[in-house]
Amino acid sequence: MGKEIVFCKGGGCTAKLGPEVLKHVLDKLPKVKDPNLLVGFEGSDDAAVYRISDDLAIVQTLDFFPPMVEDPYVFGQIAAANALSDIYAMGGEVKTALNIVCFPEKMDLNILGKILTGGNEKVMEAGGILAGGHSIADADVKYGLSVTGTINPAKIFKNSGVKPKDKLILTKPLGVGIIATANRVGEASNEAMEKAIKSMTTLNKYASEIIRKYEIHACTDVTGFGLLGHLHEMLQNEYTAVLQSKSVPYIKEAYDYANEFLLTAAGQRNRNFVENYIDFETDDFAIQEILFDPQTSGGLLFSINPEDASKILKELESLEMPCAIIGEITKLQEKEIIIK
Amino acid sequence: MKKTIDARGMQCPLPVIETKKVLKDLTDGMVEVFVDNEIAVQNLTKMAKQMKLKYLSEKITQDHYIVRIELAPKALEDVDKESNANQEAKLASETDQCCPDIREESTVVVLPSDHMGEGNEQLGKALMKGFIYALTELEKLPKTILLYNGGAKLSVEGSDSLEDLKLLESQGVEILTCGTCLNFYEISDKLSVGSVTNMYAIAEIMRKASKIIKP
Repeated sequence: MGKEIVFCKGGGCTAKLGPEVLKHVLDKLPKVKDPNLLVGFEGSDDAAVYRISDDLAIVQTLDFFPPMVEDPYVFGQIAAANALSDIYAMGGEVKTALNIVCFPEKMDLNILGKILTGGNEKVMEAGGILAGGHSIADADVKYGLSVTGTINPAKIFKNSGVKPKDKLILTKPLGVGIIATANRVGEASNEAMEKAIKSMTTLNKYASEIIRKYEIHACTDVTGFGLLGHLHEMLQNEYTAVLQSKSVPYIKEAYDYANEFLLTAAGQRNRNFVENYIDFETDDFAIQEILFDPQTSGGLLFSINPEDASKILKELESLEMPCAIIGEITKLQEKEIIIK
Repeated sequence: MKKTIDARGMQCPLPVIETKKVLKDLTDGMVEVFVDNEIAVQNLTKMAKQMKLKYLSEKITQDHYIVRIELAPKALEDVDKESNANQEAKLASETDQCCPDIREESTVVVLPSDHMGEGNEQLGKALMKGFIYALTELEKLPKTILLYNGGAKLSVEGSDSLEDLKLLESQGVEILTCGTCLNFYEISDKLSVGSVTNMYAIAEIMRKASKIIKP
């Protein structure tokens, strides 16, 4: 048991740097202009998209983090699903992936073997090829992928571009950050952890393939900045989203753990970052925490014409992952996000 | 009864969990928690607020913060929300960019004299003392207080306003006294709060100020 605790110090997307800190640093970098760079830093999008020809662009992304579960094989699956997700959030197809590994020299190499096996399985499930990688001896374990995909430049899902009356749909339940944190301190039930793992190891490929058939106005995957952090990026201070907190899918144990104050640092950082844009009409503490909860390998959050919403939801429900219409877009009101 | 938990070096949610455990076993008294980052402070105060307990937080150094959570039978059950909010505002002031800042964006208070208004000087001095005290009670604190000419006498040893200025400084308000003025009154060695400044800095601070308050 001792060893495993060292393996998992609390990671996943809760280990991300705070959005505020990050923005501060990124804002200082010079922005190079290239007409073929269709998606870069500016919109804080999920992946970079570079146009090769009129109907072909490459999508590139990179994601890695420390373990958030004790089983190395499951960790490998989660880390890979999370990294691959950025391609799906853009509407692309996965082609190749490279491993990124940090691993302590003295740790049992079988553990690394299990991590990479888990990761490779997800790359294969995604229809991609694991083509190499890079490893570094480091004090702590970290793993992830650099993924390259392809996309038609005319069919990119940007993470902004919502329109008034649009419906917002979320394709996975929230709360995996809280549950993984509770698990780390021995407070999570097995069932809760199983649900979280099921959600985190599920590729967004399937949801992405369904929504590609519709006109999507904006799409992102919900990861470290939590639902509200990513929604804030989507709205760009130009529109307001009215969320129905009762409709938001979450793993029900996360609600109890939030009320037990199993609170992450990353969740609080997210709260600090977006709180000022939010009007909470509900004072349900646990729901608030869930909405700020950093997600590892979270679902897709997208904005779509109201006429298409129920049809697309029906298709998504066939994936057997809790998903729901969680709110709608209006013109900009006093606050950017209103939570009923 | 007071219990102290040193949760420095612990990652969230451990400081909260440890505190919760101790709170469970106490019926009255206070729990004092040491943590090493502001986010942990916010998570602890978030819990205290949710549990309707009275709390204070204080930054000692860059990696040492203290959160005190009071636990008293009955009396605290209907803690006046307002007073909690006030205390929180007073004590949680921070310069870290991640934290709520209770200082008002570039409001500058200028104190050009040790007394307030024209007329009786003794009255003027009492008024000035009252004014500086009133500053400490403002909901939004100024960013900077500039003291020059007779005002330089307010930030030195023996000044009636020293405690109030120190309190303001501890909450992140910049206290700057004109060096030339200190020299002129030969009280340079008696400066007891804030730091010395020059006319360039004074001019620049005033230029940048969104609002200047001059009693």
